[in-house]
Amino acid sequence: MKPQAYIQGTGAVSAQDSNVFPGTIREYESIRLPVADPDYKQWIDIKQIRRMGRVIKMGVAASHISLQHAGITMPDAIIMGTAYGCLADTGVFLNKLVTQKEDMLTPTAFIQSTHNTVGGQIALLLGCHAYNNTFVHGAFSLENALQDSLLFLLEQPSRKVLAGAVDEITDYSHAILSRFGLYKSAPVKNTALLQSRTAGTVAGEGAAFFVLAKEKDVQSQAELTGLEMLYKPRSAQETAMRLEQFLQRHGLQAQDIDLLITGRNGDVKEDAYYETIESGSFAGKPVAAFKHLCGEYPTAAAFAMWMATGMLRDQQVPSAAMFKGAAPAAVKRILIWNHQHTTHHSFILLSAC
Amino acid sequence: MSENVWIAGGGVICGIGQNLAQCLDAFEKMQPGMGTMRHLHSVHAQTFPVVEVKADNNELAQRAGLPAHLSRTALLSMIAAKEAWDSTGLGDIAQYRAGFVSANTVGGMDKTEHFFEAFVEDNSKGRLREVVHHECGSITELVADAMGIRHHVSTISTACSSGANALMYGARMISNGLLDVVIAGGTDALTRFTLNGFNTLMILDQQKCRPFDDTRTGLNLGEGAGYVVLVADRLAEKIKPWCRLSGFANANDAYHQTASSPDGTGNYLAMQGALQMSGLQPADIGYINLHGTGTQNNDSSEGLAIVRLFEKDYPPVSSTKSFTGHTLGASGGIEAVLSACALKEGIIYPNAQFATQMKELPFSPVTAFSRGHALQHVMSNSFGFGGNCSSLVFSKQ
Amino acid sequence: MEKLMADLKAQIIQQLNLQEVKPEDIGDDQPLFKEGLGLDSIDALELIVLLQQHHNIRVANPEDGPNIFYSVRTMAEYITEQKKNA
Repeated sequence: MKPQAYIQGTGAVSAQDSNVFPGTIREYESIRLPVADPDYKQWIDIKQIRRMGRVIKMGVAASHISLQHAGITMPDAIIMGTAYGCLADTGVFLNKLVTQKEDMLTPTAFIQSTHNTVGGQIALLLGCHAYNNTFVHGAFSLENALQDSLLFLLEQPSRKVLAGAVDEITDYSHAILSRFGLYKSAPVKNTALLQSRTAGTVAGEGAAFFVLAKEKDVQSQAELTGLEMLYKPRSAQETAMRLEQFLQRHGLQAQDIDLLITGRNGDVKEDAYYETIESGSFAGKPVAAFKHLCGEYPTAAAFAMWMATGMLRDQQVPSAAMFKGAAPAAVKRILIWNHQHTTHHSFILLSAC
Repeated sequence: MSENVWIAGGGVICGIGQNLAQCLDAFEKMQPGMGTMRHLHSVHAQTFPVVEVKADNNELAQRAGLPAHLSRTALLSMIAAKEAWDSTGLGDIAQYRAGFVSANTVGGMDKTEHFFEAFVEDNSKGRLREVVHHECGSITELVADAMGIRHHVSTISTACSSGANALMYGARMISNGLLDVVIAGGTDALTRFTLNGFNTLMILDQQKCRPFDDTRTGLNLGEGAGYVVLVADRLAEKIKPWCRLSGFANANDAYHQTASSPDGTGNYLAMQGALQMSGLQPADIGYINLHGTGTQNNDSSEGLAIVRLFEKDYPPVSSTKSFTGHTLGASGGIEAVLSACALKEGIIYPNAQFATQMKELPFSPVTAFSRGHALQHVMSNSFGFGGNCSSLVFSKQ
Repeated sequence: MEKLMADLKAQIIQQLNLQEVKPEDIGDDQPLFKEGLGLDSIDALELIVLLQQHHNIRVANPEDGPNIFYSVRTMAEYITEQKKNA
């Protein structure tokens, strides 16, 4: 049996409005694309919401939407990824720790700061006793959560897995990451981000969840056909070769891909890496992007997977997502290739059902 | 497709020893590692005993072959991962499709909390070098790079059960043939962040912790790292593996963010699931390495879940946290090494500081170190915040 | 006592981030936990810090929590008692 699965439902909270995306795109002129917070009280009881940080609410909301979308109320596993974890509560506790000199600290921020808080809260709110895991590995967090899900489904093919990822921006994290030179020096229109040809990108955040199942049924939106992570390739040639081998393992060549979605983020150097390989193996292929819509963050590929599932389900590629070439009229196979700082690459292959 | 997963070796560093042999010696001599903190700087130094690794960062860096300015969490990780790999006799790791699945709970927090002192005053201050490895995954990569592992790196953080979940994920990749070898376990250094966090919950004992004792009042925090090396049948045939990882399960208590349900629902489900996967009956288990933190709530829930699952066939049980303290993200890894070693060597570990029987339990922990047991199957429990509960079963064959 | 109880209600709402609860919604003798205001063990720990921060009183044993924090009135009585003894 192959490690593959069907996507039964999706849910996302992002800088875009999930209800109208991709019909209408939200435009920003900033170096920070914040999540367009929905009214979280539609999913979370007022008594429980009071202690929750934003990242928890985002995760709970996206997971609930995906379950609803899949037509189930109780998953058989909750497997998620987050690179940064609960930054807001970590920041609150650290700040008090330092300024109050380890005195009069309160438990809530500490409890909410642990990386498994989101996964734990989703389980707690659902009363879900099933398998529960949280991966915290930068730009491989989502990918490992998906891989664990696929392996779990090999062991237990009749089960349904809730898988996804979430990350947030806080003022502290934004200040620190800005000092590392990650972002543009001046605000930029997100719709023009990928044509900026300057250094740096814009910060993003968001949550996206998926219900995965081994069996195909009327509910299936798309197939998660394959997944691979590539850690610190020695050269762009190695990346190109690994990409080719990945496709071959699924009986495909670059030319069989109807749409390539890359993780272009507007940073001139990082984007050049995509260009090098694209212009070789994927010459003439239509290429889409997504970080001008959701911003750059380590688990942004979850937004791309959410968007791509919609494209395959609706057989419609929004022109706002296109970077190169015309939007294909029909899509059977989509390859998402994302990299972070050229060191962490992931390939996610999706197919129409 | 689905192959057996074997433990090819293991390594550990913690407050009672800087390698596995030293740790075994401390158990045999009944020497728990609690003491006044020397390496962590906290206003609570005189209030709460901790179980520190008895070496400063310079000494650890030298042993690890890494720069001393890195997070202590990475230094501890490197030392234990190296010991684990070297113990297998599998040679150069570069010849295998190798993976490193490591768990930790706060990444490079020991450095970040220092950075924050300057940063909260002025957000253009603080040395960036201290936060560049703040993320949990970055700690894993420092060690993977130094070990020459590049086929797979991943990091798991599910609070106190993190290390056990790392073994599960590693085992899944091995049994499905994605990798040849996986070094799996966890690491965590003591930080002010976690010490103060546990203090806000008022579950730190000011004395040596007393797991499964009726008078227990909390846990002692410890630090360290522990890893096993997982391989499939093909490589196991070439060496003498310690034992087999025959079963594992992870369940969620879904009761409360930090507290365990009174009857230990998640604990029960994790133990039951692991037994089921290994195809064993409760009576087959020869020893349980308890989660056993020493808090009122944790031990009572775990104990009652054991009563429910094992009914009258209570195997010998002990909490090695009575020696090592609670090493959080490392504990599942450290206790996996100890459990696998128990099986290999026929050892049952003692539970230190035990004096008073818990009223609600019909069994009590083992209090003396002993060798010569013909153990066939050993269980290791790791339960944590967020309801995350995991159990592992190791089998001789 | 009345003033102290009014202060406590405002402090509880603020410390526990009780959204949509107003001071007048909390009865002087209403149980704060479970069936009453619905607080839990984490809130009890927060209230211990509240006593320390706003009233300079340290509760050493968390097991005293349920008695001290039964209602706003028991909290006020405890504070008055401790101040007298101090």
